Amino acid sequence: MLKQCEGSHAVAEAVALCRPEVICAYPISPQTHIVEGLGEMVKDETLQDCEFINVESEFAAMSVAIGSSAAGARTYTATASQGLLFMAEAVFNASGLGLPIVMTVANRAIGAPINIWNDHSDSLSMRDCGWLQLFAETNQEALDLHIQAFKLAEEISLPVMVCMDGFILTHAYERVDVPTQAQVDAFLPPYEPRQVLDPAEPVSIGAMVGPEAFMEVRYLAHARQVQALERIPQLAAEFKEIFGRDSGGLIRPYRCEDADTIVIAMGSVLGTLKDTVDEMREAGHKIGVLGIISFRPFPLVAVAAALKYCKRFVVLEKSLAVGIGGIVATNVRMAVTGMGLKGYTVIAGLGGRAITMKSLTAMLDKAGRDELELVTFLDLDWKAVNKQIEREKTHRKTGPVAEALLRDAGIVGARNY
Amino acid sequence: MSFQPVKFYQTGTFTVGNRLLAPEERSVQASGKRFNSINSGHRACQGCGEALGARYAIDAAMEATQGQLICANATGCLEVFSTPYPETSWQIPWIHSLFGNTAAVATGVAAALKIKQKKNPRAQEIRVIAQGGDGGTTDIGFGCLSGMFERNDDVLYICYDNGGYMNTGVQRSSATPPAARTATTMAVGPEPGNVFGQGKFVPAIAMAHEIPYVATATVADLRDLEAKVRRAMEFRGARYIHILVPCPLGWGTYSSETIKMARLAKETGIFPVFEAEHGEIKSALAIRRQLPVEDYLKPQKRYAHLFGKQPNVAVIAKLQALADRNIRKYKLLEGV
Amino acid sequence: MTMMDKPFAITLDPGSSLANRTGSWRTYKPIYLDRLPPCNATCPAGENIQGWLFHAESGDYEAAWRSLTENNPLPAIMGRVCYHPCEGACNRQHVDSAVGINSIERFLGDEAIKRNWQFVKPATQSGKRVLVVGAGPSGLSAAYHLARLGHTVEIQEAGPFAGGMMRFGIPKYRLPREVIEAEVQRIVNLGVTITLNTKVSNIEASMQAGKFDAAFLAVGAHIGKRAYIPAGTAAKVVDAISVLRSMEGEEKPMLGRRVVVYGGGNTAIDVARSVKRMGAEPIIVYRRTRDKAPAHDFEIEEALQEGVMVKWLSTIKQAEEGEITIEKMALDDKGFPQPTGEFETLAADSVVLALGQDVDLGLLDGVPGLDVKDGTVQVGPNMMTGHAGIFAGGDMVPSERTVTVGVGHGKKAARHIDAWLKGETYAPPPKHEVAAFEKLNTWYYSEAPHVVRPTLDILRRQSTFEEVVGGLDESNALFEARRCLSCGNCFECDNCYGVCPDNAVIKLGPGKRFSFNYDYCKGCGVCVAECPCGAIKMVPEEN
Ligand SMILES: Cc1cc2nc3c(=O)[nH]c(=O)nc-3n(C[C@H](O)[C@H](O)[C@H](O)COP(=O)(O)OP(=O)(O)OC[C@H]3O[C@@H](n4cnc5c(N)ncnc54)[C@H](O)[C@@H]3O)c2cc1C
Ligand SMILES: Cc1ncc(C[n+]2csc(CCOP(=O)(O)OP(=O)(O)O)c2C)c(N)n1
Ligand code: SF4
Ligand code: SF4
Ligand code: SF4
Ligand SMILES: [Mg+2]
Repeated sequence: MLKQCEGSHAVAEAVALCRPEVICAYPISPQTHIVEGLGEMVKDETLQDCEFINVESEFAAMSVAIGSSAAGARTYTATASQGLLFMAEAVFNASGLGLPIVMTVANRAIGAPINIWNDHSDSLSMRDCGWLQLFAETNQEALDLHIQAFKLAEEISLPVMVCMDGFILTHAYERVDVPTQAQVDAFLPPYEPRQVLDPAEPVSIGAMVGPEAFMEVRYLAHARQVQALERIPQLAAEFKEIFGRDSGGLIRPYRCEDADTIVIAMGSVLGTLKDTVDEMREAGHKIGVLGIISFRPFPLVAVAAALKYCKRFVVLEKSLAVGIGGIVATNVRMAVTGMGLKGYTVIAGLGGRAITMKSLTAMLDKAGRDELELVTFLDLDWKAVNKQIEREKTHRKTGPVAEALLRDAGIVGARNY
Repeated sequence: MSFQPVKFYQTGTFTVGNRLLAPEERSVQASGKRFNSINSGHRACQGCGEALGARYAIDAAMEATQGQLICANATGCLEVFSTPYPETSWQIPWIHSLFGNTAAVATGVAAALKIKQKKNPRAQEIRVIAQGGDGGTTDIGFGCLSGMFERNDDVLYICYDNGGYMNTGVQRSSATPPAARTATTMAVGPEPGNVFGQGKFVPAIAMAHEIPYVATATVADLRDLEAKVRRAMEFRGARYIHILVPCPLGWGTYSSETIKMARLAKETGIFPVFEAEHGEIKSALAIRRQLPVEDYLKPQKRYAHLFGKQPNVAVIAKLQALADRNIRKYKLLEGV
Repeated sequence: MTMMDKPFAITLDPGSSLANRTGSWRTYKPIYLDRLPPCNATCPAGENIQGWLFHAESGDYEAAWRSLTENNPLPAIMGRVCYHPCEGACNRQHVDSAVGINSIERFLGDEAIKRNWQFVKPATQSGKRVLVVGAGPSGLSAAYHLARLGHTVEIQEAGPFAGGMMRFGIPKYRLPREVIEAEVQRIVNLGVTITLNTKVSNIEASMQAGKFDAAFLAVGAHIGKRAYIPAGTAAKVVDAISVLRSMEGEEKPMLGRRVVVYGGGNTAIDVARSVKRMGAEPIIVYRRTRDKAPAHDFEIEEALQEGVMVKWLSTIKQAEEGEITIEKMALDDKGFPQPTGEFETLAADSVVLALGQDVDLGLLDGVPGLDVKDGTVQVGPNMMTGHAGIFAGGDMVPSERTVTVGVGHGKKAARHIDAWLKGETYAPPPKHEVAAFEKLNTWYYSEAPHVVRPTLDILRRQSTFEEVVGGLDESNALFEARRCLSCGNCFECDNCYGVCPDNAVIKLGPGKRFSFNYDYCKGCGVCVAECPCGAIKMVPEEN
């Protein structure tokens, strides 16, 4: 059924259609509307047979999710930013225990400085936590990915994070196609836990594992994510059969066939990028876009294949690995190892900074001429930054060596005051 | 003529069993068919009070629920000594997640069970217990615990209080008693041992949440402990039992004296044993043979600095004052 | 549900830690043992007191009685007259007060009489014949044990009744005669022949005549000791034993109203209390103080309650018709009474001497090999006299003179006679270490004050020979039995089973006690510390 609604609402409806049994939540912008929506559905009984628990922290949220999932309930939660970090220990634990929890991360920057706007620092800080991470491009995809996420998580017995850009998607009113319950039921079978707390067959979950087996346990977690690389495209195909839409998968190439330059990105910025590329193609640039949907597991082979015939790639990412540059870029470079490609990292949109077509066009134009710096901060206010650097030089007696290093790396911390 | 109107059974209910009592009046632990929820082969130290307390409590809960029990366990000695790969001592469904989230994990389990029950009302009902050490309860897990209390989630939380972070090598927790030596409150300097802080007696804090049931117990009073677990399982909602479990390693006591130390803690008044419902005290286990706190302190190496050539009478008096206060506050001489 | 596809290593099968044998940690190990309860250790009759109390505690009085009579065939008597040294040793006295062992014993004895419980006859007979001389407690005990061992036993008794000094010495108000009769009859029912009014004057002759293979002598000590008291011809001076003995006859002795009893032992008290009941006014004269008197204090107390007068620190200097002269004594530094030269006269119609008894050894005249010292027959550790096949016990051999010692001698002699008849020597099993109070953990025992036996009201005590001290009824006998701490012997309290942090104690089921699972016992010693009765100990692990 087509519906004009807020992204958060669309996600809430999708989650509800998945018949979750336990939902726990702790409020943080921009995730709030999703759990508010679900809370209301539970309360007014449109969502039945579901416990909605108002926990006292994100740490508790993930912990409740661990308990309920281990007890065999389909479990959902959502968070963002500080909340994700606050639950970090439990996030690792949930995947370590192999619990198929689905969590929405309404992507938001991480403080300090505190900032409620969108970037991908939160999810990407948890890139090695053992969860699968799927990034939605649109609200429709966000909706669809949640349905796929439950099936994926439960099949491989690992938790899945569905990442959607805070505000840009969560708070945007768009037209979405909300599937019917019958469609979802046809796609998503009831939860059959791989392990469950049950007096009829008691097990101890969460043993202490020493050096004699820890490596193996970790390897097996990795192996399962690698398995998911096969399963994710299949699920997208199965999804299409029932819902009639392309949604999900590992990557999404756009006009890459004959492209010399391929710009790689995740999330909603792909829309702007596609528009930019369309325009630039008009102007004769052989340029394409590669969207990464599955950041974990990272589709090394698929990315390499997509980049096989291009000359260069640009990774545009909403995250910063302070002290080195890009996070997504580092992963992409791993995929193209030995392919002899030129690669550029563009850090953009941190803390909600708008990413405009104008800036993108200029940046890509430069890239096409291989004039782009290896690490570029899109639309950085150099005036403010330099002023601060100057000041620090005099006040803090920061030696010229350190400064030079900072500049070489293209990394500067700027604060306006 | 009869001189003795009351029934008298030699050891009455002080001992675990007592062949003179009818089987139904014996303790769970006396039964040859008790669950042994935590099995032999665990790696707790010799004479570990926590291993004992856990079996006492969980077996009692298993009895009360006819084996329909799931248990969430915090990181700590109990977890480490019971479940090192490739062996577990637990014979019940059991989960360990983290150090500080056990109450929340249990909430999650309870929530899942509630829905399962709703979907299948004819299935046998399953109850949930969370358990952890004092560190996992009164310190790092306190937020989750309080949240669980406040929401009145249907979980019985059991804290095994051995007065410190024992698993990491006997460091101070907020349940470490004043003056006690730990690895982070060494018996050195002008005020050796743990500080006399404000104290953090979680049973009282639990009572402030006015949850249905709060109780304290020790491994020295098995019947009382079992009765409290049984009582706790009669309630729905959040319940809390705080069990004093002496730790031979951390306290510096003989492994054989674990139960004796718990008994002394209770008989001196240092550890009040009582129960409360909905925030109000319902009963206190009376001191049977009152003793001065020295009798409790002296056998413990963690207090050895109080009994050097020159006993530290001032500190001992302060500790006695704490015991006296408990005795007044909880009416431990009369019992209620 | 289907078997789970469990994640590797993090999810484990239940109870699998059994694979980890923590027993290897141990340097000391607990072992169960039976320690000797102090009561048992002290009982002159060698009763397994804790053992029979164990049955009494569960209300199985017949089992208790059967266990008791393994060692002592006279519980109803013993429950009245034994001075119960066991209670003096009882560990419970350090908790509140000793267990009333004696009163429970009496309860069991009376219960047995009431319910007519009988001894089980031996399955086979040995064909050997044993002569027992004297039907006092020692002779009766020996006869009982010998009969149970399958021997043919005849008791030859000089007097007209069986019971010895229990009958002719101990007054009725302490030991009703029906009780003696019932317990003697039960021994007769077992197959023992008692031939009354048959004084053995030559033991060898009697043995030959009856073709006996062995003999046990228990003739007691019946000759009243005399002291020299200057006395006028009209003064009436008699000995206590004859007075007491005459109580048993129809004709009561003519002692007058004011009877002076001379002596401080139990016999003096018994005489004084007896004549009080016959309407006289007895005065005991004793040369030392009350606490130095050999009589048991409770007997002195009972006598005083009944109105018996006592002149402590006094000796009789002179006895005349109607009065005596006594001299006041004073204790010297060593506690010996010394004359003070202060005199007093007392009205006295008669003087009864209660100064102890000697043994009549006439029946042993001419028997070779005997060793007689201080008027008693010497016996070896096996109770045999210097003459092979002739054994002796009770008051006639050197020892404390009590019914209980006599019974003990009888039992011991019977075992040795049995062995001797088989050409063997009897070796008693080694004694366990004593369960001293420090071995107990008395925390576990419920508070329970001693049950006081009912006593007859004072008026009736002064005028009748009715039994003074009553028995316990079922409920308070049970209560009293349950006061037993079961020192040193497992009473199945389940503590060890319950308190082991490693579940290393195996419960074997009712009556079967427990065993250790050394695969898992870490040797912490908690079970030892928490065993109420000291039935477990730690021993070094042998390597
Ligand atoms: C007044 C009094 C009160 C006592 N009260 C107590 C008491 O309360 N508790 C206690 O424990 N003890 C008491 N005693 C001591 C106790 O009675 C004796 O120690 C005990 O009876 C000794 O037992 P026995 O079998 O050795 O001898 P006896 O009981 O003296 O029995 C010996 C028997 O042998 C018979 N006899 C003797 N010579 C011959 C012979 N030649 N041929 C055949 N038969 C013979 C006698 O007639 C007698 O029946 C008391 C003693 C007296 C005198
Ligand atoms: C978040 C976190 N911090 C610290 C630890 C280290 N740690 C593990 S157990 C433990 C002490 C446990 O103390 P307590 O809860 O009292 O249990 P005990 O071992 O005394 O039974 C600590 C500090 C941890 N596992 N997790
Ligand atoms: S350190 Fe203490 S709590 Fe931990 S296992 Fe040893 S005795 Fe038990
Ligand atoms: S603790 Fe109890 S059951 Fe165990 S040996 Fe001692 S008396 Fe017997
Ligand atoms: S309590 Fe258990 S582990 Fe300790 S010594 Fe006794 S049997 Fe062994
Ligand atoms: Mg602790």
